[in-house]
This record gives sequence, C-alpha cells and structure tokens, in this order.
Amino acid sequence: MYKIVRKRELNPTVTQMEIEAPMVANKALPGQFIILRVSEEGERIPLTVAGCNKADGTVKIIFQIVGSTTEQLNHKKEGEYIQDFVGPLGRATETEGKKKVCIVGGGVGNAIALPVAEEFHRLGANVTSIIGFRDKNLVILEDEFRACSDRVIMMTDDGSYGRHGNVTVPLKELLEAGETFDEVITIGPGIMMKFVVATVKPFNIPVTVSMNPIMIDGTGMCGGCRLTLNQNGKKVTKFACVDGPDFNGYEVDFDEAMSRGRMYFDFERHAHEATCNLYKKA
Amino acid sequence: MAINPKKHEMPSQDPKVRAHNFNEVTLGYTMQIAVEEAQRCLNCKNSPCVSGCPVNISIPEFIAHIKESDFDGAYQVISRSSSLPAVCGRVCPQESQCESKCTLGVKFEPVGIGRLERFVADWHNANGKEQPVMPAQNGHKVAVVGSGPSGLTCAGDLAKKGYKVSVFEALHTAGGVLVYGIPEFRLPKAIVAKEVEGLKALGVDVETNVVIGKTLTIDELFEQGYEAVFVGSGAGLPKFMGIEGEAYKGVYSANEFLTRSNLMKAYRDVVDTPIMKGGKVVVVGGGNVAMDAARTALRLGAEVTIVYRRSMAELPARREEVEHAEEEGIVFRLLNNPTKILGYNNPENPRDPKNGFVTGIECIRMELGEPDAKGRRRPIEVPGSEFTLECDTVIMALGTSPNPLIKDTTKGLEVNDHGGIIVNEDALTSRQAVYAGGDAVTGAATVILAMGAGKNAARAIDEYLNK
Repeated sequence: MYKIVRKRELNPTVTQMEIEAPMVANKALPGQFIILRVSEEGERIPLTVAGCNKADGTVKIIFQIVGSTTEQLNHKKEGEYIQDFVGPLGRATETEGKKKVCIVGGGVGNAIALPVAEEFHRLGANVTSIIGFRDKNLVILEDEFRACSDRVIMMTDDGSYGRHGNVTVPLKELLEAGETFDEVITIGPGIMMKFVVATVKPFNIPVTVSMNPIMIDGTGMCGGCRLTLNQNGKKVTKFACVDGPDFNGYEVDFDEAMSRGRMYFDFERHAHEATCNLYKKA
Repeated sequence: MAINPKKHEMPSQDPKVRAHNFNEVTLGYTMQIAVEEAQRCLNCKNSPCVSGCPVNISIPEFIAHIKESDFDGAYQVISRSSSLPAVCGRVCPQESQCESKCTLGVKFEPVGIGRLERFVADWHNANGKEQPVMPAQNGHKVAVVGSGPSGLTCAGDLAKKGYKVSVFEALHTAGGVLVYGIPEFRLPKAIVAKEVEGLKALGVDVETNVVIGKTLTIDELFEQGYEAVFVGSGAGLPKFMGIEGEAYKGVYSANEFLTRSNLMKAYRDVVDTPIMKGGKVVVVGGGNVAMDAARTALRLGAEVTIVYRRSMAELPARREEVEHAEEEGIVFRLLNNPTKILGYNNPENPRDPKNGFVTGIECIRMELGEPDAKGRRRPIEVPGSEFTLECDTVIMALGTSPNPLIKDTTKGLEVNDHGGIIVNEDALTSRQAVYAGGDAVTGAATVILAMGAGKNAARAIDEYLNK
C-alpha cells in the first residue's frame, strides 16, 4: 500500500497528489510514468510523473477526473493509501544538448509538460512555454511555468484568460516571424498534438510528442499500448510503454492512436456514472 | 490381474456447463481412481518415464506410494524434485514428456502420471499437516527477478538451502504467467497463491510492483548486497502479423486479452477493467495460448473460431486442450491464414462511434508443401482463395519476443539474435553471478521447462556461492 502524503485540488477537475514511493522517487525522470491501482478490484492506469521529491521519497501525480478510476482516486483523502504504485516506466524525455526549446501543453497535459520545462531550464536551455486551457477556471500551474520559462504564452479556448485561441496560433506566429527552436515538445490531447505537428512541419523543426495510450502492465507484455509509426514510408509498430511514451511527432499515426484511445468509451462512461452514483449514495 | 489398457478417465465438468463458467474444467481423480490408476504402473526397472521429466521426478517411486494409499509418502517423493506439483500436474504436457516414455504406452495407454501427480498435490494441499519450517540461514542473499515458474522454483530451492531470497515481481500479484496467462479454468489462482505463501513460509521475500531494469537495475541489486541474481523475467512483447487492420479496436494480443481476464479479473462484473465480451471472436494461432484465449472468449459469451495456417497434425497445442476446446464448441478453421483485418468506416460521419471497430477478417486458404528445416510441412497460399469471416474481435496468439528492459539496463549481458539471454549449461549469463532461465532465455516454452531451468540455476548459484 502506498500513502497519499499530500493532496491538493488544482482546479475543480484536476487534482495533485504526492504518493510515498521512495524507490520510484529515487529514479523517476521527466517524461516517465507510473502505473497505479486504487483498490483491489481496480484497473491499472498509467499517469505521467509530474515531479518527485527524493528527500521525502514522494512522487507527484496530477490527474483529471475523467472516469471511474480517477473518480475513486479523487475520493481518497490525504493520509489514506492506494493499493499499487509501480514505476518509473517508459523512457525519459531526451533533454540533453538542446539550447532553445518550445514546450506546447494542453489542459492536464501541462502537468506533464511542466517537469520537462523545468528540466530544460535546469540544464540552461531557453524555454518558451505555450500553455493552453479550455477556460480560466481550468488554468493550472501558471506560477510554476513562469518560474522555469523565459517566456510564457497563456491561451484559453474561450478567451476568458490570456489570449483567445488554440496553442497553434501563437506557435505559428513565432515560427512565421522567424523564431527558431532546437525542438518543439508537445504534450496534451491527441488532436492538439496532431495540429502542433502540422503547424511546425513547414519549418523543419523536430517535434517530440508524448503519447498516452491505454495500457495494462506498462512493462512490454500486453501490447495494448501499441501505435503505428510511419518511418521512411514503412509502417512500424511500437509500444508506448517500453519504446516511448515520447515519439517523433512526424512519424506518429495520430488518427489511429486517437481512435484506439476510444476503444472502451461506452464502458468507461457507464463505469464512471456507476461510481458517481455509489459515492452519492454513501 | 489383467492390466486395464486405458487410462482412467479424468472426471470433468460437462462441456455445456463449463462453457459458461470459469471454474476448473477437470475435477481431479478421487482416491479410489488414483489407487486403481497407480496399479497400472509396471514399476519397470529402467523407469524410462523419469528421463522424460524435465525435473526428473522419481515417478515409479511416488506411484508405488499411491498403490499403498500412502499419499503423504507420494508427496514427499515428488517434492524432492518439484516445487510446484499442483501446477505441473495441471499444465505440464505429460503426453510428450513422462507419459510418452511409459513402457505401458507401447501397447496400451500410458499411466496417467500427470493426473496422479495432480491428485497427490491436491491431496496434500487439503490434508497435509506439516508446516513449512524456515531453514537455518546461511547468510547469503540472492535476488530473483520475476515470480513465474522459473523464479518461484529457483527461489524455493535456494530458500530450502538456507539462502535469504528476495523475489522481485513487476506486476501487483506474484505468479507471472501462472497468474496473468493461464486461465482460472485450467489453473485456479488459489493454487498459485498457495505456492507463493509456501515460499514466504520458507523465508522468501516477495516484492511486488518492482520492475527490474526500471525501479532497480541488476547492478543496484548487487550494490544492495545480493551476491547472485537469477533472471526469470519471462517472455515479452507480443508479436503481430504485420497485416493491414491490426490497429482496429477489437484486435488484441493474446497476452492482453488473457491479462485483462486472468490478472485483472475482467470476467467478473465487479471489477473496473474492461474487456470485449460476446459477439464473434476469431483467434489466430494454434498454440496453448491460442486455446486459452479462445476458451476464455467462449466463456465470456462469444462464438469462437480458431484460424490456424497448418493442419491439425501440426497444431502445437496440447491434444487435451484441443479436445476440450472442440467439446466446448470452438470451431477450428485449419489451413487458413489471415490476410487483413476489416474495420468499420463511415465516410459520411467521422464521429460515428462504430468507426474503427473490427467487422471481420479476410483469410486465404493454405495447402501444405515440402517440410521445412524443422520437418514441419510449410503452408503455401492457394491463390485466389480469399474469403471473409465476420467478427467483432480478433485475438493474435502468435508468440512473443523477449522483453528489452533488463537487456537495455544491464551492461555486459549478452543476448542472441532473437533477444533471448545467452546462458551456459549452468544457467550463467555473460555477467558474473547473473543467472537466467525460462522464457527470458528460450523464448516462449512450457512451465515445466522454466521450472527445470530455475532448478538448474539454483544448483549452480549454490555451487558458486559455496566456492
């Protein structure tokens, strides 16, 4: 069992927890993920590491309440325990040797983008962060991004905070104005990452995307997290858990990945409703 | 007394009943049947059966105890050589091992050695009195990576010799393939849990949720004071065919489908893990894993077809599993090979929720040509014979390729062209004090071969640490 040492609501649908898991805290690097199970009957879900504190042996996770499991997790209180917590899994984001980068994050993906931005900042890179949210109420981690970025461009879909529009708008403006980066790293919903890749493509800048497919074991056993890369005209199957979760954005088949991500959409919606009803009764 | 030419039949659940439940298919011999079956053993001097057993159980000796109704005595004989008799009695391919060498088998059916082994193990689990005692500790620490059959065996043998053993398991439950791969109806998980509890009573630490190669590396295990490491990390990434449509929703690897059902218990309604249930399912492949996936899908309410590119004679699964599958109503489409998977696509509505789900599988008929290097006749496509099977789910049971996690994080650990860890006859890898066995070395094989490898490694580790 793994103790929830601290819990903080970042916005009405996004929660941050710090979990006591010293072996994971000791190893985890930006870009890697963990798998947890809330209870004995629970499913295994992957969550990207949002930071860790080696000194007190805790790992930070940030999750959006989207389904039954995240609902159950959110009902756990500080000081309570979760059943299983394993990691760090996947490969860390490659941060070395890059002097100027642009981080493009969307929604709760910003929680994962932040430790990557912080790592680049720590290594002395010039960091531009373009962070997008649906509206003002959903904005998270703004101060943290400002602390590690040379420039922050805040976007909201409805214009209620920062600039009005998608993250691709300022990205395109910067690139068209002649700005250049060693790399663009984008983390967020599949559709956003797909359009970030399309926006950057004409400018010949490498784009790294962080994929979050459905997983079970997370150690290269089940193959559920497979995705298709187009490498020099050849289709190649890769496994996000051991080959990723970061991939070359120009190679990823986003449409396929997004479709696969919705495989259990109906099941998950019903399960979430059932879980909410249980908590209402209690 | 004339010898009964036939093995005593295994009492089993009726196929019509068991097709709808996950309870164990075979019920096991009664005491009376076991004694009668034991009496068929000729107790021949040269005991050829023993040479057919990868862990060399003294077979005629344990059967002699059964003849005398001394079941505890029989158990003691088996446990000298095997640490998981309740498991092996169920999942070993006895027909191609011990029983294939049985003298009686020349004229009649061989002695039901596997069924007798299972009887003895189950009898002991129900009636055994002695509590496992933690042996005197010899002060040496050994780490075992993976809690599947090779790891559990290696850990058990070393613990009995007084070693302090820690087993590291990546998943949340110990047992490896015995838990995530083999279904409940063939190997009840309570039996695996009991074996693991037995090891703990011997002083073995079982640490779940630790991925060696990620949470800790092999080098860090040595830094922590372990003097030898056994790697039994099992098989790895599932193989796919590389045909069109394998990314459609509803295409599973057998590993994923079985893990959802066995490890995550998706067949029970109360758990959170989803699985596709019912409809029409096509399983591609002819091994034991294909049979397990097919029979699991059937129990989840599906109409199931197995597609295999060779004929029944080449089908690699155990005969008993194939017979069980046929009895339960699974259809075999032999000499057929998939060419592409078809999916739903509504061009009018990209948001149609059915988009991207499997609708069928296109196959081509095959015929058998000349034998290949292994002597198996090579299947050849019959041009123009393509046809389509409608289905909602496709399960690919084509084997696995080794997991890269340990190889990638252990300097100096040599692997072969297929990614399997290279070992010598003492299970020693290219790294000092690092031993390996099971599927991580051989690629997908059987439980008993993995156990044999774990046993061999335990012996070698003991010799190494006593030098």
